[in-house]
Amino acid sequence: MIGAGTSAQRIYPDAINALADLLRDGMTICVGGFGLCGIPERLIDAVVGSGVKNLTVVSNNAGIDNEGLGKLLRTRQIAKIISSYVGENKEFERQYLAGEVEVEFCPQGTLAERMRAGGAGIPGFYTRTGVGTQVAEGKETKFFDGEEYLLEHGICADVALVKAWRSDETGNLMFRKTARNFNVPAATCGKVCVVEVEELVPTGSLDPDCIHLPGVYVQRVLVGAPYDKKIEFRTVRPRETA
Amino acid sequence: MMAWTRDQMAARAAKELEDGFYVNLGIGIPTLVANHVPESITVTLQSENGMLGIGPFPYAGEEDADLINAGKQTISELPQSAYFDSAQSFAMIRGGHIDLTVLGAMEVSQKGDIANWMIPGKMIKGMGGAMDLVAGVRKVIVVMEHLSKAGDPKFVPECTLPLTGRNVVNMIITDMAVFERSDRASLFRLTELAPGITAEDIANATTAAYLQ
Repeated sequence: MIGAGTSAQRIYPDAINALADLLRDGMTICVGGFGLCGIPERLIDAVVGSGVKNLTVVSNNAGIDNEGLGKLLRTRQIAKIISSYVGENKEFERQYLAGEVEVEFCPQGTLAERMRAGGAGIPGFYTRTGVGTQVAEGKETKFFDGEEYLLEHGICADVALVKAWRSDETGNLMFRKTARNFNVPAATCGKVCVVEVEELVPTGSLDPDCIHLPGVYVQRVLVGAPYDKKIEFRTVRPRETA
Repeated sequence: MMAWTRDQMAARAAKELEDGFYVNLGIGIPTLVANHVPESITVTLQSENGMLGIGPFPYAGEEDADLINAGKQTISELPQSAYFDSAQSFAMIRGGHIDLTVLGAMEVSQKGDIANWMIPGKMIKGMGGAMDLVAGVRKVIVVMEHLSKAGDPKFVPECTLPLTGRNVVNMIITDMAVFERSDRASLFRLTELAPGITAEDIANATTAAYLQ
C-alpha cells in the first residue's frame, strides 16, 4: 500500500510510553507553547517523572511557578534554557541569580526562525534583530545593501515536544487559535517530534487543505485529554445592557 | 505644571494611525492606544504570538485559554482575524509588513537607541519580541514618562541600560512633549508641548540633544 505510515507506528497510549526510549541525560529538548497557551503539559509531566537531568531546553518561555516548564525547573532537571522571556517565574529567577541554571536569551522572532531554520536544513541565517545589542556579542555580522545583519544559527533538538488540537492517524495536525504559536517551528526542528493532542480523528476526516502541519514532521502521537487549560491573565469586558 | 495622562499619551500616539495600517502594540500605555482608534479608519492589530485582528476582551464566561494576546490576556476574535505560527508572525514583523509599533521604554538616546528589556542585576525577564519589533517594523513610536520614578531624564545622550535596538526610534511621546525625526540620520525635533509645559521645562528635564 502506498501512503503514510499506519497508526500502529505513530500512536502511543500515553506520554510516558511515547517518551520511554527517547529520554537521556544531557539531551536538548525543544518545547512548543507561548506562556501557558499550547504547552505540551502531559509530555512535560512525563519528562519530570522520568528523572532525566542536565537538560538543555529550548522554549519561548519557562512556564510559571509549578506550571509548564516551571515543574522541570523546580525539580532542577534543566541545566540550560534558551528563551526570549522568562518573567512570571520566581523559582526560575532564584535559580538564575544563584547560578544554578544557565540562560541564553534569544529574541522571540530569532528563536522562532532558529527552530524553523533548523527544521528546514538551514544551518544559519542573517537578521537585523539584535544588531548593536548584547545579543550580537561574539556573533559574525555582515553588511547587505549598507545595513548590518547578525548571523544566527538554526536549532536542531534531540526531541521536540508539541501540543496540537487534532491529529489524524498519520500525524497530520491542526492547532486551535493562538495555541499554534511555537508548536509548528518546534515540531520541525526535533530529530523526533512527539505530539500530544486533544483529539485523535480517523484518517480522512481532516480537510487536506486545512492541515497546519503535515505528518511528515510527526513521529509519535498521544491523546492527552481531558485538559484543564490554564489562563495566566483573565481579562473580560462587561456585557452591554439592552 | 500640567502634563499628559497615560490615556492622553495613548490618544496622541493614536493620531499616528492611518487607515489600513497593521499595528503591533506593546504592553502598558501602548495597549491603551487601541481605545483611541478613530471611527473613520480601520487598523488591524497584530499579536506576536500569532494573530492578526485582535478583538476586545471577551465577555465573562466566554474566555478561551487558546485565545490570548502577547501579554497573555484573554482576548476575542473578529470576522477578519487570522491565526499563524510564531515563525510566520515574526516573518511579517522582520520583513517590514507591519506599519507601526508603539512600545514603552526605560531609556531612549538622542541617536534613537532604545533600552527596555533589562536592568542588570535587577530585572531579568528577557526581551520577548521587542528586539524583533524595533528592528523590523517600519515606524517605531516610544511612549514613556519623561522622567524616571527617581526623577532622572529618560531621553538621554547615550543609553546606560542594555539596548533593545540601535538607531531604531522614529518618535517619542512623553507626558510632557512629543519629539519626532524625519530620518534615522537626524536628531529628534521637539514638536509639541503638553498643556502648561514650556520649552524651558523640557530643556531642564532632558539631557539628550534635540532640535527646537
